[in-house]
Amino acid sequence: MANFSIATVFIASISLLFALSNSFSLENPTDRRILVLVDDLALKSSHSIFFSSLQTRGFELDFKLSDDPKIALQRYGQYLYDGLILFSPTIERFGGSLDVAAILDFVDSGKDLIVAADASASDLIRNIAAECGVDFDEDSSAVVIDHGSYAVSGTEGDHTLIAADDFIQSDVLLGTTKIEAPVLFKGIGHSLNPANSLARNNARVLFSGSLDLFSNKYEIFCSSSNHQCKRQGAQIITCNRYAKSGNQQFVTELSKWVFHERGHLKAVNVRHHRVGETDEPAIYRINDDLEYLVEIYEWSGSSWEPYVANDVQIQFYMMSPYVLKTMSTDKKGLYRTSFKVPDVYGVFQFKVEYQRLGYTSLSLAKQIPVRPFRHNEYERFIPTAFPYYGASFSTMAAFFIFSFVYLYSK
Amino acid sequence: MAVPVDTITKPTPASSTSTLRFAFGNVLAFFILLLIGVLAFSIRLFSVIKYESVIHEFDPYFNYRVTQFLTKNGIYDFWNWFDDRTWYPLGRVIGGTVYPGLTLTAGTIWKCVSGDDLVLQSLNIPLSVETVCVFTAPVFSAFAAWATYLLTKEVKGTGAGLTAAVLLAMVPSYISRSVAGSYDNEAVAIFALIFTFYLYIKTLNTGSLFYATLNSISYFYMVCSWGGYTFIINLIPMHVLLCIVTGRYSSRLYIAYAPLVVLGTLLAALVPVVGFNAVMTSEHFASFLGGMLRCSSIVASSPTKGWSGRSLSLLDPTYASKYIPIIASVSEHQPPTWPSYFMDINVLAFLVPAGIIACFSPLSDASAFVILYLVMSVYFSGVMVRLMLVLAPAACIMSGIALSEAFDVFTRSIKFYISSLSESLQTGVRDIVSGNNASPQNDVIKTDKREDSLKERPSRKNKKKDKEVVEKPSVKSKIEKRPLVLPVEASFFALFLTVLLGAFYVVHSVWAAAEAYSAPSIVLTSHSHDGLHVFDDFREAYAWLSHNTEIDDKVASWWDYGYQTTAMANRTVIVDNNTWNNTHIATVGTAMSSPEKAAWEIFNSLDVKYVLVVFGGLVGYPSDDINKFLWMVRIGGGVFPHIKEPDYLRDGQYRIDNQATPTMLNSLMYKLSYFRFVETDGGKGYDRVRRTEIGKKYFKLTHFEEVFTTHHWMVRIYKLKPQKNRIRGKTTKKSKSCLKSKGFVANCEGGGEEDIVNFLNHTTKRNH
Repeated sequence: MANFSIATVFIASISLLFALSNSFSLENPTDRRILVLVDDLALKSSHSIFFSSLQTRGFELDFKLSDDPKIALQRYGQYLYDGLILFSPTIERFGGSLDVAAILDFVDSGKDLIVAADASASDLIRNIAAECGVDFDEDSSAVVIDHGSYAVSGTEGDHTLIAADDFIQSDVLLGTTKIEAPVLFKGIGHSLNPANSLARNNARVLFSGSLDLFSNKYEIFCSSSNHQCKRQGAQIITCNRYAKSGNQQFVTELSKWVFHERGHLKAVNVRHHRVGETDEPAIYRINDDLEYLVEIYEWSGSSWEPYVANDVQIQFYMMSPYVLKTMSTDKKGLYRTSFKVPDVYGVFQFKVEYQRLGYTSLSLAKQIPVRPFRHNEYERFIPTAFPYYGASFSTMAAFFIFSFVYLYSK
Repeated sequence: MAVPVDTITKPTPASSTSTLRFAFGNVLAFFILLLIGVLAFSIRLFSVIKYESVIHEFDPYFNYRVTQFLTKNGIYDFWNWFDDRTWYPLGRVIGGTVYPGLTLTAGTIWKCVSGDDLVLQSLNIPLSVETVCVFTAPVFSAFAAWATYLLTKEVKGTGAGLTAAVLLAMVPSYISRSVAGSYDNEAVAIFALIFTFYLYIKTLNTGSLFYATLNSISYFYMVCSWGGYTFIINLIPMHVLLCIVTGRYSSRLYIAYAPLVVLGTLLAALVPVVGFNAVMTSEHFASFLGGMLRCSSIVASSPTKGWSGRSLSLLDPTYASKYIPIIASVSEHQPPTWPSYFMDINVLAFLVPAGIIACFSPLSDASAFVILYLVMSVYFSGVMVRLMLVLAPAACIMSGIALSEAFDVFTRSIKFYISSLSESLQTGVRDIVSGNNASPQNDVIKTDKREDSLKERPSRKNKKKDKEVVEKPSVKSKIEKRPLVLPVEASFFALFLTVLLGAFYVVHSVWAAAEAYSAPSIVLTSHSHDGLHVFDDFREAYAWLSHNTEIDDKVASWWDYGYQTTAMANRTVIVDNNTWNNTHIATVGTAMSSPEKAAWEIFNSLDVKYVLVVFGGLVGYPSDDINKFLWMVRIGGGVFPHIKEPDYLRDGQYRIDNQATPTMLNSLMYKLSYFRFVETDGGKGYDRVRRTEIGKKYFKLTHFEEVFTTHHWMVRIYKLKPQKNRIRGKTTKKSKSCLKSKGFVANCEGGGEEDIVNFLNHTTKRNH
């Protein structure tokens, strides 16, 4: 059964896996050196638009055949590359020291990865994907078909060449410029492990079921004559024509995200102190008023810009959040809030858990103990106790008078 | 001590020889007491000589840590100390939950001896805080022996006092809690207890307000030192009640009682840990005989009627085992076995009844108090083995009285024989037979005899001055009229036997001090055919923690090791020996009883980074975590009902071999204890504590990784694996194609099952 349909194709079958970490140099998180492994060096020309867009953005691309025995990701414990592009779907075994474990270590250490497969994807590529939570269709003869939305060239329409225009709604992934034209996709289906919701380190990984997605073919193909038709039932309702497919814009924007030109946040200068003071105390007292400040910046590709959002929250946390407050920003990157320490002592944490689609997830935790009142910090004379004071002193006075009268009355 | 002597020597100026003899006797008694002090101190040094000068066990480490804090930061910071390194994340207010007596005592000693304070820098001997802490208990044992002397002297005279002091100086029960290094509350509290009783009796005998005030202060020191102060505040009112009921009420009794209750309670309320408990809880109610009904109505509304769990288990010995596993789980809260009586008080157990009889002839207020003290402490020691410590002084006093009386009778008989021999040579025996009063002139040999008469004289003098105590001395003088005289052969024989009994006691006590009670429990030794083995695994593990982990890392272990971890490794712990929060302990118990994943989640939610387990299976160390495990299950199950004890038992039996239940074999404690254990003896996995082969030998840990195991595998430290960076997809290399379309779901599941089977085969193959 070669032909069967898949119910949905997610955002042009691109699975995205985010993760967190500070692997890249804090000052300049954008990748610089990228290793490109290809099955055939002809790919260099067939995908030249994609590669040249990378090169013009300043990346050093190092093309190698995937079975080149000299491939090495690291030397003397240092990674030679910041990113890896695997455009070698058919390779069964990499040359050199590279294997699945090495690639996964590469990812786990916060480096970035783009993997493109196609119908002939090898077990090796599938394993890399599976380890990252992406399952490619196991049936090598299976293709992705969409009878509802496919690219039509001239009069002929190939139902396996899918034209997608329903993208994930995220400026940070796809850039602020709207992708007008549909993106063409031809390849194998894959699914994302639903448990894979969490991003753990800031490595960015892009999987595509289609190597052609990145190729010049569809650029050119599209630019000649291409239109997308939308159907309802068997009837063609609309047929939009586009001079050019959206592939180039799509993969370029995605690569910007993958290689940390966008959406990379850093939180610095975490400070907290009592209101009216500037020094950070080692311990707070219950019911203290405190102020918490943090600066969050976003990497724009060339410089750190203030990150502006209205949904950054701080938790004052001890087993559960005692205080949860949205921090206000001065639009220059500084977020601050002030609150009263709850009337509970213990070891608290200032926690900032900021996870937004496409952005580096920020996970700040700072431990701070909260102590009860000291023995001399309680209020000394409380009005409710006045009856007791009165009772004590009147009893003393009465005893004195009584003793006096008793002893000297005779 | 000097008071009665003065009063005696003055009215009898006629005999200058007797004055000299009393002076000599006092000097002798002084030196005897000095030697008793030296004995009490030195018999407790076995632990230092055999092992090293080191703090012992669990609680002493906490006290040591608190003392360090005190000496470093001063008393106000100590009082307000909020400790954020224990009971994470709750923390513990140390100042308000600790009995400060011991700490303040040792801190003061250290300050006096080697402090850098200009005022107190009197001696300037460079001692570390640890040294002071190690030797606090032996020093206070000497004090306790002297206090025993004073107390018994008040009851039955100097002879009994000295005997009781000797006995207490080496009673094994007390040695077990006060060897050098055993830096615990009891070390000073027993002294405070005896001294408080002494001052009470002293007040009772003299009717002096001065002693009554001293008594309150001594009681305050006791309250500062140990929770056992409730014993005093219950015993003394009971004695007062007994005196009133039996018609022994006197103004002296009032003076002894009223200031103690009023001042004592006020002072007790000053101790933060006691505070309003001094008037609010049932433990203290005996002291307010009159106001009892009124107060009880206040607290009767609470479910336990105002009694704390430990006290309830004293009233109903089965209470703890029924309702509070955390109290029942502590070995020192268990009822003692009969052998432990013999072990801890040895021959005193046989001498005590004789002492009781001696106290009844004649029965005075003081001796009635001692009898009451004994009866109560026997009861309490029968409930909790720990309270054997309270029984020990009572038993020593009683035995001291018994021994002293026995010596008295025997020596008097012998003396009578000797004097009758000598007198028969010269004149008649008439004047000697006429009364005991004449006999003291002849007894120069034995001190005991003299002390006895010394005691009797002031009481006779009191009779003349004090009209209240007509009854008591009259009984006494009646007895004096017809002294017990035994045949001389029997006397010699009995004397020999008594000395033999004493010798046995000394031998046993020295053995107990040297062998049984000197082990610091953090360093273990064992003798085998190839010599002495030292197991220093605990300190090895704690040192590893302190050198290889971050300062703020949290270490989870069963609560027994909490104090040691904070003191020795200086790492934050989740629970410790304070056991104030049952839920928190139950959380750790639940984690230990859960499978790996659930346990990981519990520990992760508590920010735990390392888990420490104690495992004795390799070297045969029986008090390890596997043997404590059922308590973790019980305590955990008490709060989290999904942990059920029967799941861990096979037909009611606790076992770890291949008959163990799957829940048991999958519990975290089992896995952490026996991980890689099979590698140690080539595939057998023989546990030397449980004396069986373990049930599950080959397994892997998924959520924990072993980071350190000590030399003898006694402490094993595991690290929580970090959360996975990536989550794997569903497909594996071998699985068949399966797609997420509806038609292939069945295929997919089938493939998955097959996959698991393959995987299992794979793992078992690899393991064998």
